Amino acid sequence: MNDEETMDLRLHVWRQKDSKSPGKMVTYRANGISPDMSFLEMLDVVNEELVTAGKPPIAFDHDCREGICGMCSLVINGVPHGPQQGTTACQLHMRHFRHGDEITIEPWRARAFPVIRDLVVDRRSLDRVLQAGGYVSVNTGSAPDANAIPVPQDNAEAAFDAAACIGCGACVAACPNASASLFVAAKAQQLSLLPQGQPEREKRAIHMVEAMDREGFGGCTNHYECEAVCPKGIPVRYIADLNRDFLRSALTSREVKPLPPAVDAEE
Amino acid sequence: MNRLIRLFGTSIGRKLVMAVTGVLLIGFLISHMLGNMTVFQGQESMNYYAAWLKKHPFLWVARAGLLTIFGLHVVTAISLAIENNAARPEGYRKKSAVAATLSSRYIVVSGLLVLAFLIYHLAHFTFGWVQPDLYHFVDEKARHDVYRMVVLGFQNPIVTGSYVAAMLLLGFHLHHGARSLVQTIGLNHESYNTLIRIGSNTLVAALVIGNCSIPLMILAGFVDPAAK
Ligand code: HEM
Ligand code: FES
Repeated sequence: MNDEETMDLRLHVWRQKDSKSPGKMVTYRANGISPDMSFLEMLDVVNEELVTAGKPPIAFDHDCREGICGMCSLVINGVPHGPQQGTTACQLHMRHFRHGDEITIEPWRARAFPVIRDLVVDRRSLDRVLQAGGYVSVNTGSAPDANAIPVPQDNAEAAFDAAACIGCGACVAACPNASASLFVAAKAQQLSLLPQGQPEREKRAIHMVEAMDREGFGGCTNHYECEAVCPKGIPVRYIADLNRDFLRSALTSREVKPLPPAVDAEE
Repeated sequence: MNRLIRLFGTSIGRKLVMAVTGVLLIGFLISHMLGNMTVFQGQESMNYYAAWLKKHPFLWVARAGLLTIFGLHVVTAISLAIENNAARPEGYRKKSAVAATLSSRYIVVSGLLVLAFLIYHLAHFTFGWVQPDLYHFVDEKARHDVYRMVVLGFQNPIVTGSYVAAMLLLGFHLHHGARSLVQTIGLNHESYNTLIRIGSNTLVAALVIGNCSIPLMILAGFVDPAAK
């Protein structure tokens, strides 16, 4: 590859030693970046230089690097997952940037997502919301017959679209209120649209909404920033569905127990 | 009762309060505007309407109801705004809005400014503090001469300007509010979303234009203060 094809960038990156220390923006140079690199590979290059120089590398979350695990979580130039719609940061390629660009990189910001280090935040609050109702109870034993339960095709499609949520939390990061409504709506509706999700439907709606509030996420004010940044393109229609489900359940369900206390999974 | 307490303890439950009180307030705005349009029919119409309202046996019931609805809207809005603010204690150094509209982002500001206008509006026409010299006219039938108070009042360009500005702010509030409430109560479907957007924009434009037409027509000299 010749020199003309690479680019030099200036990065402004949030550095924070741990959840207790104050953080600050630090500027780095990323030189000789190939347009074919992913955004995370670009950070790898910077980190290798930092490590070689004996400095602590920039901590960021990642795992699959193929847009399916939901670990990567960077706010790039003010937009969660960066400028390319429908794309996780790990799948964002450097060809969307130009030689000489300045790029600001920050962590997801929300009270419910405390920073652990640099760009890594603690997203277990989302797990605790799931724990409150994002499941169906099934009996163990022999597998049920395939197609024993009829599922309307449209509902199956809609449930599948909701199930595309990878739980990255970009919706929270983008929302001016740090609301998790899109995540909660997708996780509740993927089950509540299906027959298997009916027995716990009312409890699910109430408990997940109460858990979301308890974790300190904000409420939805219908800005629709979440939908715009969601790497999986989950539409805000599911939030309307959740609102309807929640309001109906809260007003008409027979009995719903108080929300049990959350238990954190093992570290 | 216990159910309702639990409901209104949640963020979505309080959004329901915003949506329901918002619809009721929009209903009030429409009827208030239609009533005020009697100014274009002349002194007799407007003063008759005003006297009818003033003597209405349920006037105080309606006022108490309005105050309750408005109070619930404002108090709930403030409680939600405080929580939503607290949900992001440390903000971004750089943040770009992708989909949010100006009217959605500034809805708390526009709401508070509408509240300020409402206080001024009551001080103006209900309590007569803004233009006291116009407040005590009485017509031939010994009724409060609301027509002359309004028509002479809006001949002042500053007064008219403040009302027009306030109505634009109200329109800004409702640009987001009117469509937002549909989503809040759980209605969102691609087959009618466009209709809702067009319908809510039309309604809001009609409210703003209709309300502004009163002071603007008066200032432009189209309404004769001596007309009967
Ligand atoms: C005649 C006056 C008013 C009308 C017709 C009106 C109408 C509305 C409507 C329809 C909504 C949408 C509710 C939803 O999203 O479900 C709304 C939201 C809102 N209003 Fe008003 N409003 C008025 C006055 C005010 C005032 C005085 C305030 C003062 C604080 C205010 C603050 C808000 C706020 C903050 C929201 C957003 C609430 C949220 O999304 O969480 N409004 N309004
Ligand atoms: S690292 Fe798995 S989605 Fe980006």
